[in-house]
Amino acid sequence: MFQNIGEMLALFWRTLGALRQSWRQRRKILDQLFEIGNASLLMTCILSVFIGGVITLQSGPVLVERGLGQLLGGLVGLSVCKELAPVMMSILIAGRIGSAMAAEIGSMRVYQEIDALRTMNIDPIHYLVLPRVVAISVALPALVVFSILIGWFGGAMVAAFNERIAVSFQAFFANLRYNVDGPDILNGVLKSFIFAVVIGIVCCHQGLTTVGGPRGIGRSVTKAVVNSIVLILILDYVLTRIFLDMD
Amino acid sequence: MNAPASNGHGVHVEVRDLRKSFNHEPVLKGISFTVEPGEIFVLMGPSGSGKTVLLKHLIGLEEPDEGEILVDGESIRAPGVMDKHRMAMVFQSGALLNSLSVAENVGLYLAEHRLKPPREIARIVAEKLELVGLSGVEDKFPNELSGGMKKRVAIARALVADPQLILYDEPTSELDPMIAVTIAEEIVALKRRLGNTSIVVTHDREMAFGVADRMALIHEGEIRLIGSPGELRDSADPVVKKFLTAEFKPNNHTQP
Repeated sequence: MFQNIGEMLALFWRTLGALRQSWRQRRKILDQLFEIGNASLLMTCILSVFIGGVITLQSGPVLVERGLGQLLGGLVGLSVCKELAPVMMSILIAGRIGSAMAAEIGSMRVYQEIDALRTMNIDPIHYLVLPRVVAISVALPALVVFSILIGWFGGAMVAAFNERIAVSFQAFFANLRYNVDGPDILNGVLKSFIFAVVIGIVCCHQGLTTVGGPRGIGRSVTKAVVNSIVLILILDYVLTRIFLDMD
Repeated sequence: MNAPASNGHGVHVEVRDLRKSFNHEPVLKGISFTVEPGEIFVLMGPSGSGKTVLLKHLIGLEEPDEGEILVDGESIRAPGVMDKHRMAMVFQSGALLNSLSVAENVGLYLAEHRLKPPREIARIVAEKLELVGLSGVEDKFPNELSGGMKKRVAIARALVADPQLILYDEPTSELDPMIAVTIAEEIVALKRRLGNTSIVVTHDREMAFGVADRMALIHEGEIRLIGSPGELRDSADPVVKKFLTAEFKPNNHTQP
């Protein structure tokens, strides 16, 4: 385990060192951005609308029964932007994009494509890792902003149309605007950026260290997704604690 | 058999007492040999004898536990030496990048290192593909090619760097006899045309004796014999003899 952590930190450090190559690798970064956006946008919409909806459905009736229905917008707004959107989207992207990264790089490793790159003096970190890490670090926060907006909309819809809640659109968003500030959204976006770097590094590392044949690729994909999700949840607690202390 | 080219394009390779173990299991047990510039040197041996591991050491994909490899008298581990000499490897599987077209694969080295403008790269790619008899496949993807075509694309990709040393790993494995002959002829023709040094790992005996200037037999991580094809053929060493004369003898059971 400690060897893995060390290798991932070394990979992160080398990727940071390669950042100045980003402009040269812009075509690959754009390809990856398109891949991530194309693969995730619809799922982001569906996931977010239901996340917003379900949190409203769970908390709305309880608040309304106690005469606190006017606070629903703020509660849903803060939950979605500070916690649910960054964490759920990061888990979704780890499963959808991280697994693809680990599988693609893993199969390149198994079928000697990475060795071929090295014989041509092409650094696999510049060629494979950098574009993926940069693309996911840009795409995930953007998807989280999109998810936050859709999540709020889903929450407002349920609040307005569920007869046990019946909080109007206007009342929901008025309270949301009152309680949610720019820094709250920034908090979620910053979290998602850190999660994105973690997903990118963990999944690329698993791909680069794949051994064996197709079974090895499968093992790498599983490890990449599980390790990413575990790290996201641990880091979520740590970051939340740090942000609370900063508040 | 094939006289080395005289234009001095190839490099001199020297391997000194190379040792490598994986999980405490010795794979290379003190390999030493030299390859002259412009020579085709064939490494033969049974599967698992350490041939591919040796080849990976020669191109810097593996680090030896002990020993060293010198190219034109300089250790390949010294800073800048690998950049100074142009080397290329043709992998057993071809190792083409499946997400790239044939043209992108062949031109990858030039494009990634920005050595030529795109139009010039396209011209060089077409020229190298023509050299290996594959004109017009630029836009195909590796999964649309046969095994022999993949190998020839891999050779074209290796040639783009104008290499002084080409390493071939089992270039005729998994190929039908006619394609295998074409690939063997290609290796000899390239050496004659470019004068590069070639090291070929194979257990295809016919191909080995057909292309080699000199050859060596590796057995259980050690070099058993080095010499000309004639010397190997005439060797009295039982291991060499067994490897070179192994044949399938069908029993004569008649079908009822």
